[in-house]
Amino acid sequence: MARNGLLIQYDWCTGCHACEVACKQEHNYSEGMCGIKVYELVSSSPEKVYVDFVPALTRFCDLCAERTKTAGEEPACVKHCQATCIAYGNLTELGKAMEKQPRSSLFAPK
Amino acid sequence: MAKGKENPVISTLWSAGCGSHGGCGCEIYVKDGKVTRIEGDKNHPFNQGRLCAKGLAVSQYMYHPDRVLYPLKRVGERGEGKWQQISWDEAYDTIEKKFKDIRAKHGAESVIFCQGTGRDIGGPITFLMYAYGSPNWVQVGLAGHACYTPRLGAMFATHGNYCVADCSQFLEKRYDSPEWTPPKYIIIWAQNPAAGCHDGFYGHWIIDCMKRGSKLITIDPRATWFSTRSELHLQNRPGTDGIIALAMLNVIINEGIYDKAFVEKWCYGFDELKERVQEYTPEKAEEISWVPADLIRQAARLYANNKPSAIQWGEPVDAMPAGSVVAQAITQLWSITGNIDNPGGNVIAINSHGVTTYPFSSAELTDLYGADLVKKLNEKRIGANDYPMIKNFRGWVQPDVLMEQMETGKPYPVKGAWIQTSNIIGGQAADPRRHYEAMKKLDFIVCVDIFQTPTTMALADIFLPVCSICEKESFRSWWQPLGVSVKAIPNIGESKSDWEINLEMAKRLATTPVKFNTVRELIDDRLSAGNTNFDKLKAKGGWEYPPVGHRTRPYYRYEKGLLRKDGKPGFETPTGKVELYSKKYEEWGLDPLPYYEEPKESPTATPEMAEKYPLILTTGRRSPVFFHSEHRMIPWLRELDPFPVAEINDKTAASLGIGDGDWVYVENTHGKIKMKAKVTPSSHPKVVSVPHGWWLPETDGRAPNFFSTWDHNVNNLTSMGNQGKSGFGGTNYRSGLCRVQKISGEKE
Repeated sequence: MARNGLLIQYDWCTGCHACEVACKQEHNYSEGMCGIKVYELVSSSPEKVYVDFVPALTRFCDLCAERTKTAGEEPACVKHCQATCIAYGNLTELGKAMEKQPRSSLFAPK
Repeated sequence: MAKGKENPVISTLWSAGCGSHGGCGCEIYVKDGKVTRIEGDKNHPFNQGRLCAKGLAVSQYMYHPDRVLYPLKRVGERGEGKWQQISWDEAYDTIEKKFKDIRAKHGAESVIFCQGTGRDIGGPITFLMYAYGSPNWVQVGLAGHACYTPRLGAMFATHGNYCVADCSQFLEKRYDSPEWTPPKYIIIWAQNPAAGCHDGFYGHWIIDCMKRGSKLITIDPRATWFSTRSELHLQNRPGTDGIIALAMLNVIINEGIYDKAFVEKWCYGFDELKERVQEYTPEKAEEISWVPADLIRQAARLYANNKPSAIQWGEPVDAMPAGSVVAQAITQLWSITGNIDNPGGNVIAINSHGVTTYPFSSAELTDLYGADLVKKLNEKRIGANDYPMIKNFRGWVQPDVLMEQMETGKPYPVKGAWIQTSNIIGGQAADPRRHYEAMKKLDFIVCVDIFQTPTTMALADIFLPVCSICEKESFRSWWQPLGVSVKAIPNIGESKSDWEINLEMAKRLATTPVKFNTVRELIDDRLSAGNTNFDKLKAKGGWEYPPVGHRTRPYYRYEKGLLRKDGKPGFETPTGKVELYSKKYEEWGLDPLPYYEEPKESPTATPEMAEKYPLILTTGRRSPVFFHSEHRMIPWLRELDPFPVAEINDKTAASLGIGDGDWVYVENTHGKIKMKAKVTPSSHPKVVSVPHGWWLPETDGRAPNFFSTWDHNVNNLTSMGNQGKSGFGGTNYRSGLCRVQKISGEKE
């Protein structure tokens, strides 16, 4: 069976944390539990300081199994990502899309 | 989760609760009378299915164990935290008697009506206030009225309307609208659009535009996600934005790269402006602002040579010395480049369908209540007689003047306060301790809120519990579209909506009978200006844009005669043009042209103070998961931003022996607070950024602790009484001085 995953174009991630709260709400996770976490990455060249954010999936990500059973429903983080930088789908197809997308990461959580 | 059984209610988020200045469409899922979750509404053009962290956490806000669900009266001393549950009748009877007594003895003006930042609250609060007869509508402690009103006033004076960066938000097809084009450049001026809700603007529209080709120029003392992705980052000294705007005007005018045809036909006073900006060279601006002259030149050229381009600005503009002057200069940038009411420029924003939540301007009040009442209100309104711009622009009190008046009782005493959705001591007010000392002496105070806060604990005699966005009917009219908030579940506990409380109270206090029996009648009356009503909007999915050709729809309305009351082409100003030389400022006794003013406390203005307090303190940093002083008690949100932090540059921190995560004192002549150091190169070496509105709801709420507000609220390091000549701006919220010291032995 074809596996699904998430493709995150993290260059667009602004660190708004909407994905994390969407995930907690969807699963009613308690404190400390969440399927996705956003990290701030600050790096510097001699000329400039760069602020980036990178979301990563944790062991609690189930790709919103209950939710995506309904036709047309996306995982909660995909729907609410304010920068619309998370895509849900078949890993092979996401992998192809990734080839054209700089600064992106592919997650296959289950 | 059995989603089939859930029943989504389509509504609009514009309220305390989500903490939103926005107006996102949402789906409220209800099961067995309980809200199970809230999601974005994919059909709503505003947010297109997305929702921010605060919106997604509304259910935790609604069902929070600390939420106050019944009317309370204070039974101990103020601050003792002893409360007794009472009935609504007893609460209303008590308030009616006290407020009527004050009115009889001291006049209605002796009661002030206080709100926090505006959402759907401006309507209910002014409705009640005018019914009672007081002219004193105020954001208590908001020094220099530094939140959007100075910018609105400057735009009103310059071109008779308000402008916002055009991200297609005025068109229902949004980015697919054929008449829209993305801005070539967006100048992000003193704002982090990803971390807040901004004045009817959804921050991530900027990202949507970037994906459609918009490039960025960022003006910000911090390095941010946006500055990282900007072609130019002007990393300025906080408080000096005015001279950057003036130097950009200098470059654009002297290099002749302004829109000559637009200036010729539609602007007034260009020659005077040209003469004025001659002294503000990029080199002079470099000396003052720390931004290299060449960078200012490049920014000016990129902006002027790439039409259309837009400017999206933030609240720090209001907090500058002479905030209304800085805003005027920035307004002139989009004016002389012809980036006004054009697709992808700064588009004129008028409330959809012409509906307002309640009349804010003198003109609207005159229409509703007559010129006599307006005249009477203006005679008594605190600060109106000291500041013509305050008097003639909007019906607000000048907060710095109020502070003095509360202390001196002159020209008349303040005896009572109705405080609704406002955390004065824990958030909004500069110098909160001074406010606490003055306000605890008032005879009678009502607080209307959802939670106990430092303010309600310190001041309330009666606490009225208000309900959340999902439990009430309301409407949204801020720019576009016109929308309604739909009641999804019965009220929790005995809470009521702001509109319900204020209508019921107005019926008891009004000097002439209130014509509305129900909130629905009142809402429909306001919506009738747009030829619609609550049920029609609800049936349409909760929102509507005005029809094509309506004056509240873009573009180029000045050519079509849609902006002026007399129906002639042009702008709604005395000359009918964009007034680069402002006739209104002149009439109000202000300099008609922009100029630079140095912050009152700065290395230049107060070098001796700067020796002791060498770092510049700015309180503009925002968290994406909190709105002002709200949300610290919401577990899903607090987990993401658990500590009150101070951002300090890594090299600066090292020189002070401060490590990441150390607890530090941030201190200046006004006070001292305790924050956790976030050591990061994204902070300028000479600037300390401290987010505002921090209190700890998990700690003791009683006096003297008041939820630790004295320890962590950065406004304890700010002061009142610095207002600009217009009454607007001049605060030290964004440009004070400080030093930072490690608290030895404390680390987590």
